[in-house]
Amino acid sequence: MSTAHDATHDPYGASESETTSGRVFTVTGQDWDTVTSGVADEAEDRIVVNMGPQHPSTHGVLRLILELEGETITEARCGIGYLHTGIEKNMEYRSWVQGVTFCTRMDYLSPFYNEQTYSMGVERLLGIEDQVPEKAHVMRVLLMEINRISSHLVAIATGGMEIGALTVMTIGFREREMCLDLFELITGLRMNHGFIRPGGVAQRMPPGALDQIRDFIALMKKRLPEYAALCNANPIFKGRLVDVGYLDLAGCMALGITGPVLRSTGYPWDLRKTQPYSGYEDYEFDVVTWDTCDAYGRFRIRLEEMYQSLRIIEQCADRLEGLQGAPIMVEDKKIAWPSQLAVGADGMGNSLDHIKHIMGESMEALIHHFKLVTEGFRVPAGQAYVPVESPRGELGAHVVSDGGTRPYRAHFRDPSFTNLQATSVMTEGGMVSDVVVAIASLDPVMGGVDR
Amino acid sequence: MPEDATPGSTLPAAPGARYHEAVDTRTGMFGTRGSGDTTGYGGLVQPVTMPPPSEPPYGGWFDEVAQALSSGLAEMGLPDTVEQVVVDRGEITFFIRRAGLLETARLLRDGEALRFEMCLGVSGVHFPGEKGRELHAVYHLLSMTHNRRIRLEVACPEGDPHIPSVVSVYPTNDWHERETYDFFGIVFDGHPALTRIQMPDDWPGHPQRKDYPLGGIPVEYKGATIPPPDDRRSYN
Repeated sequence: MSTAHDATHDPYGASESETTSGRVFTVTGQDWDTVTSGVADEAEDRIVVNMGPQHPSTHGVLRLILELEGETITEARCGIGYLHTGIEKNMEYRSWVQGVTFCTRMDYLSPFYNEQTYSMGVERLLGIEDQVPEKAHVMRVLLMEINRISSHLVAIATGGMEIGALTVMTIGFREREMCLDLFELITGLRMNHGFIRPGGVAQRMPPGALDQIRDFIALMKKRLPEYAALCNANPIFKGRLVDVGYLDLAGCMALGITGPVLRSTGYPWDLRKTQPYSGYEDYEFDVVTWDTCDAYGRFRIRLEEMYQSLRIIEQCADRLEGLQGAPIMVEDKKIAWPSQLAVGADGMGNSLDHIKHIMGESMEALIHHFKLVTEGFRVPAGQAYVPVESPRGELGAHVVSDGGTRPYRAHFRDPSFTNLQATSVMTEGGMVSDVVVAIASLDPVMGGVDR
Repeated sequence: MPEDATPGSTLPAAPGARYHEAVDTRTGMFGTRGSGDTTGYGGLVQPVTMPPPSEPPYGGWFDEVAQALSSGLAEMGLPDTVEQVVVDRGEITFFIRRAGLLETARLLRDGEALRFEMCLGVSGVHFPGEKGRELHAVYHLLSMTHNRRIRLEVACPEGDPHIPSVVSVYPTNDWHERETYDFFGIVFDGHPALTRIQMPDDWPGHPQRKDYPLGGIPVEYKGATIPPPDDRRSYN
């Protein structure tokens, strides 16, 4: 039996201090006895719980300010900005191509979507949307769909971990590893790829990649049913997720919510179908919906969307089979990056053939290389907004050019940022324990929220 | 109203209907300043102009939306709200006078032929060279009913950076307007709690304005000093 007085000497107890706004307990994982006995005397006052920004259940550096009455949330507010890195501002000081390297770091769980929406915006400004070769589009779709699987796996894995389903986490990260291996094989990097660029993609498909993709599809078809077997009808899992984080269609519309959260209201809005880009109209897949408006529905949607992504990946692999040797960049040499990387004995690096060409064979090629690498290309003045369906919803880049060699302004409408606004409506009136479930069902990525 | 406008339309018809001015002036070409420019391009002066206003017909469904918007605004007694219409690269932009923004947004959301149910937030753009219209707020709207997208652009002077908030029409803009206020200093009148969102509460200045420096320190590497990105030579 511990009292507040004893606790001041208890090295494992929560520290307590008096401030102008009342008594404050700082809990960083210790025993809660101090807190419970401490607030017992003033049980009638409201209790404000500050959760985060460093907390394992808040998906990164998200700060939650919860006002409680017993175990019921009366008010919930988010504090964001802890991961703000000024990427948008930084992009204004780099060339158009370098912008890809920056924006890929925003939503770090779905980097290809950041690259894709930015590149499509620049392509529209340049007026080269029709010239992007077919193979580049297929490779973009392939990478984006593998990325959708890896992103949904993290959503399911971390969401499971937060409610104590640790097996879901371990198998989720096990499968994600295979997705990252494919990224590494194709782009050379596991994240921060900078691979999709204005005009196409950076490199060709490496030899043997198609076989590995087919192995991946075959393995995933065996592994995905494990998630369904573990979770779909699991009474504990359902007990935690069903009817939690409720948000209906009207709420989604008002709050600008897109992605799986919108589709969990039964509305089949998916930009890949409604406003297709990169040739999505040529692929066979279904838009997954659920009609329960809750966290369980969103889980089922993400699970089913991974199957649909596998279908698309399969079709991409078939199409890439017939596109071997096809161009992956626009023909315009003023836009296409002059040097292609090559795989050497020590990994990915400069193409020795290209260096031989510019250093020993052609002075004009050297001049062009220098101009294109240091100065970059000019983009005609104007603005464009080309959104894509990211794993979290509509991701769009508002790209403004003043006719120069650098973006005049690049703003990203990130779905995590917008969706996180639903925290209050999803959690107020519910239990404290449901807060993490509701937020996990939104699947916010703080790198995208704060940019 | 210009004489050549279509009957019943209150939208400005011709490029002359509203000014189309340079938003900035570009001098030189290769980022060199002062002496040492042997290229001969140092004296080059070019105006930076955004895509010019378009004349109706705008093509496709753009005309339906423009017509519904102009007649709706005329009914509400706000005929001059649309400053100009720009159709560029397959996207349509309505330049809205800030006084009528809230009514326009409500009309766009609720109008039978418009139905732009979803707002994709607001993005700021700073044009320090466009005197009297330095700060722009850009809204992207989506109609899921009709599967259409439009863009609204509202400008305000730096000295009086006020634009009505559309949070009462599109609640999703709550955070978006806070972000644009944080980064550009545009004050959205009527916003329920316009505070900073990304930067700390006591941060001085608005970081995404063009006159706000990027910052950074020179980095020394193998005896050479590399200046921070905004001090490096850049190609304008």
